[in-house]
Amino acid sequence: MITTPAPRAARPPVQRTAPVLRRRLVGAYVELTIDAPEIAERTEPGQFVAFAVGGPTSAHLLRRSIAISTAGEGAVTVVVSAAGPGSTWLTERQVGDALDVVGPLGRGFPIPPPVTPALLVGGGYGSAALVGLAARLREQGTHVVAVAGAATESRLCSVPDLTRLADVVAVTTDDGTAGRRGLVTAAVEEFLSDAGVVYACGPMGMLRAVSDAATARDVPCYVAVEESMACGIGVCMTCVLPVVGEDGRTRFSRSCTEGPVFGGDRVRFADVGTLPWDVVGADAMGVTRP
Amino acid sequence: MTVVDAGIDMSTALGRVAIPSPVLTASGCSAFGQELEPFVDLSAIGAVVTKSVQLRPRSGRPTPRMAETPSGMLNSIGLQGPGIDGLLADDLPWLAERGARAFVSIAGTRVEDFAELAERLRGAPGVLGLEVNISCPNVESRGEVFACDPAAASDVIAAVRAAADPAHPVYAKLSPDVTDIVGVARAVTDAGADGLSMINTLLGLVIDPDTMRPVLGGVTGGLSGPAIRPVALRCVWQVHQALPEVPILGMGGIRSGLDALQFVLAGASAVSVGTAVFNDPSAVARVHDELAGALAQRGFAGIGEAVGHAHRAAA
Repeated sequence: MITTPAPRAARPPVQRTAPVLRRRLVGAYVELTIDAPEIAERTEPGQFVAFAVGGPTSAHLLRRSIAISTAGEGAVTVVVSAAGPGSTWLTERQVGDALDVVGPLGRGFPIPPPVTPALLVGGGYGSAALVGLAARLREQGTHVVAVAGAATESRLCSVPDLTRLADVVAVTTDDGTAGRRGLVTAAVEEFLSDAGVVYACGPMGMLRAVSDAATARDVPCYVAVEESMACGIGVCMTCVLPVVGEDGRTRFSRSCTEGPVFGGDRVRFADVGTLPWDVVGADAMGVTRP
Repeated sequence: MTVVDAGIDMSTALGRVAIPSPVLTASGCSAFGQELEPFVDLSAIGAVVTKSVQLRPRSGRPTPRMAETPSGMLNSIGLQGPGIDGLLADDLPWLAERGARAFVSIAGTRVEDFAELAERLRGAPGVLGLEVNISCPNVESRGEVFACDPAAASDVIAAVRAAADPAHPVYAKLSPDVTDIVGVARAVTDAGADGLSMINTLLGLVIDPDTMRPVLGGVTGGLSGPAIRPVALRCVWQVHQALPEVPILGMGGIRSGLDALQFVLAGASAVSVGTAVFNDPSAVARVHDELAGALAQRGFAGIGEAVGHAHRAAA
């Protein structure tokens, strides 16, 4: 393994009622900025927040976990994609509405020494999770290349922010409506030879492709995964992935507390949704070595 | 969190063991307590009811493990956990160091598994008692769930009671998926259960209309959350009516103090807050405060005098 697992965050999360300070349409998404100083001051790039949706008597009990885009000056910004009823409710919040939010949650991206050039790869609204990281890396003088891709122009995200922060930015769309036509992975191949570390956030297929490409060239790659989570804080055990630990053994690891940032080479992408025999405790489930 | 609110005596007991609050976590909904530390004073709540522990570490089932349903969720985790060795080495000492009481949920697929777990937990630091998760398939009876068979359920409880530390109250956790829950309650009480935890999840299914296949990797799953609250309350009511002297730890969709109050009025002397913790990590402490306020508003001096109140004829 090339990567070292991301360490726990330095500070524990808090639960707060946070008013919406700003709401902005960003292509197909809604960017919300909330007034949450105690969350903002604790946030490390790569962490996420978990929102309760629908109010105190909501029939939708599960929290919606969303990556933090930026945190600073007492505010936290997220980009929300309306997918189901919960995320749609979030996108409908207006300035002044209060949100029940828990955060920051999970482990952030490990930060490399300043001299290590970094390649950041975002897919769809996953690019939002890289903005805070890009800012942190630039602050310490790291050379940053960013690739933002999406199916089509309206599904791109955070391109202006990444353009402002990164030394080089490439945009790709599957249908060619913006930037280069094609998948992000083509652009990634081009920039990999100059990268000392890769960070990626986006759909699982993209994370796998980027991680495989980086690992094949011995470049450490950290991915921020988006598994569906019920709680976001580590108690429900629904968001697990097969991940190889430092001892070389695979465990069902929680994306919320052991992730969302994992060494890409440690995530067994091909085995997601299955129970491989060599996962710790698979024998007790009746799954044995073939 | 205030343990005594508005002069209300919130102390109660599990079996004969006193606890300062009637509000506990629910098994499988708060892991082993660590993750709640930023949100709740773990030493002030009634107890941390642990995720069910088995003899060996378990990976749990493949994903997807969860589907949101109206006012609830379906889960099929498969009892992922560290096994009894991990619990004794790491989780129980962690809770004990913080002064938190652990009500340890134990599970197995053989009567002897349960007995061995009870034996291993004798004298373990911070252990208040045992909740016996009998909603597991019995490998010696073609996978029939212990909780659905009064005889098999009794065998487990008798074995656990015999093996457990005499100071540890043993609660049997009952499944609502039976035709006669009072019969099962009577059987396990006769077998030595000091109390009853009611209820476990209801078996459910969700099919994805796009893939046209079950959503969960495990196909079926346990339904929890406010959607099941009336079923849970009915079970507590029926069992308290039949066995008024048996202590009940009530659970099933409790989200607020008024929800908890309903369980107390139906006959529960303590309650567990489960799925609501996913919605609100501070729910256990909040429900305690809301319940204290609700009892005070209704003129109760303490929780004890409210237990089973709904069964008594109106004055």
